[in-house]
Amino acid sequence: MRVGVLAVQGAFARHGAALAELGVEPVFVRTPAHLVGVQALVMPGGESTAMSRLLMTSGLFDAIADRLNDGLAVFGTCAGMILLAREVLDGRPDQRSFGVIDLTVRRNGYGRQVDSFEQDLAVSGLEDPFHAVFIRAPVVTRVGSAAEVLAEYEGIPVVVRQGRVTVTSFHPELTEDHRLHAQFLQEVG
Amino acid sequence: MTQQPSGTKQTGTIAVKRGLAEMLKGGVIMDVVTPEHAKIAEDAGAVAVMALERVPADIRVQGGVARMSDPDMIEGIKDVVSIPVMAKARIGHFVEAQILQALGVDYIDESEVLTPADEAHHIDKFAFTVPFVCGATNLGEALRRISEGACLIRSKGEAGTGNIVEAVRHLRSITGDIRRITQADSAELFDWAKKLQAPLPLVQEIAETGWLPVPMFCAGGIAGPADAALAMQLGAESVFVGSGIFKSSAPEKRAKAIVEATTHFRDADILAKVSRGLGQAMTGIGMDQLTTKLADRGW
Repeated sequence: MRVGVLAVQGAFARHGAALAELGVEPVFVRTPAHLVGVQALVMPGGESTAMSRLLMTSGLFDAIADRLNDGLAVFGTCAGMILLAREVLDGRPDQRSFGVIDLTVRRNGYGRQVDSFEQDLAVSGLEDPFHAVFIRAPVVTRVGSAAEVLAEYEGIPVVVRQGRVTVTSFHPELTEDHRLHAQFLQEVG
Repeated sequence: MTQQPSGTKQTGTIAVKRGLAEMLKGGVIMDVVTPEHAKIAEDAGAVAVMALERVPADIRVQGGVARMSDPDMIEGIKDVVSIPVMAKARIGHFVEAQILQALGVDYIDESEVLTPADEAHHIDKFAFTVPFVCGATNLGEALRRISEGACLIRSKGEAGTGNIVEAVRHLRSITGDIRRITQADSAELFDWAKKLQAPLPLVQEIAETGWLPVPMFCAGGIAGPADAALAMQLGAESVFVGSGIFKSSAPEKRAKAIVEATTHFRDADILAKVSRGLGQAMTGIGMDQLTTKLADRGW
């Protein structure tokens, strides 16, 4: 299976390493040409404003939007969640998102870096808790009826799925626990 | 939904501190001295800004003691951008660092660009919730900073010169020694630790992983897109650009070009495209004209 990792900026190498450990060779996507033949896509953590700009200048935004319309499976973490959400609060006016999961998210909703934290979470479908690392993380402020909440922290959704789109507020790419990546690959099948 | 596990929430951990550095990879961190500069940086696609009162080129010309920035100035920049804001503390000046942490900056640069406050000791960075970046000219220096708690290393280069030659020297020195250590046998690692004046466990970790335990970015002397791509191809994972943007004739254009070059650092066609029509780069200084080498500060 060809799994792309959006690599315009951010923690793409860590996602790539997680996929490689699961036996999938990642394809790093920086231009539309890299998207050819990709059967699933990961959008990493990073700075969503910088990523949004680089998606536009590279022509990747429209190319990815087309593939998402055709049902491309996608897994977005932190900034990736912001890029996939329907509505983004506290973003830049020129910031774009794909709007393929019916969520409203607030950028840096958990605060600045000094508020960044680690926390064990229960996640639907995983037997044992998942150790989650939140970094200047987005807060989900609204979940549409079509979206399914797979994990919460203090009553706020932190893992959400809608069809072939899965997003997390935290960074599964920063730990050695690849169960969420494995779950994503299984769904893509 | 299953029962919530009982682990307590932890802030300021190594994972959280190194994690933010991971998020900044493949990006450009720009020096800014006013909120207007900070907006230009964010508009251009910077992943973070470094708030300071004078860019290194001006510190060089004006001389005197360079200190932490005025908190009002840092707050002013925090108010206008949504990306992370970094600020500099003097080497060893842990009270400046305490103040910067209280201001809520996202990363502290314990920087040789400011006048050192301590000629033997760096800050004990484990004592802070906020993460630190430190400069290094070679692998030993990098590992000493990591052993003090730095969660991000930047090759120092020579700040405020617009001249990439020192950055190249430092990057090559660090990555070259990493490559040699991966070829060393277990007995030789003791000698490496001694030569580098660095803790043995960190040397052993490098032998195993082939890389530093934290990300490494490049700073000092990047004046345009080609310099940024050169640093990236030499192994840097992001770039800091100081005087190179706002000492050039068209800062907006140059900032955007450097952002593109850092993402597409191996794509010569894109590099050629973004290198066009950028106006005058900063004039720059040759190393033989320098009276003070900032990179020599740090121990």
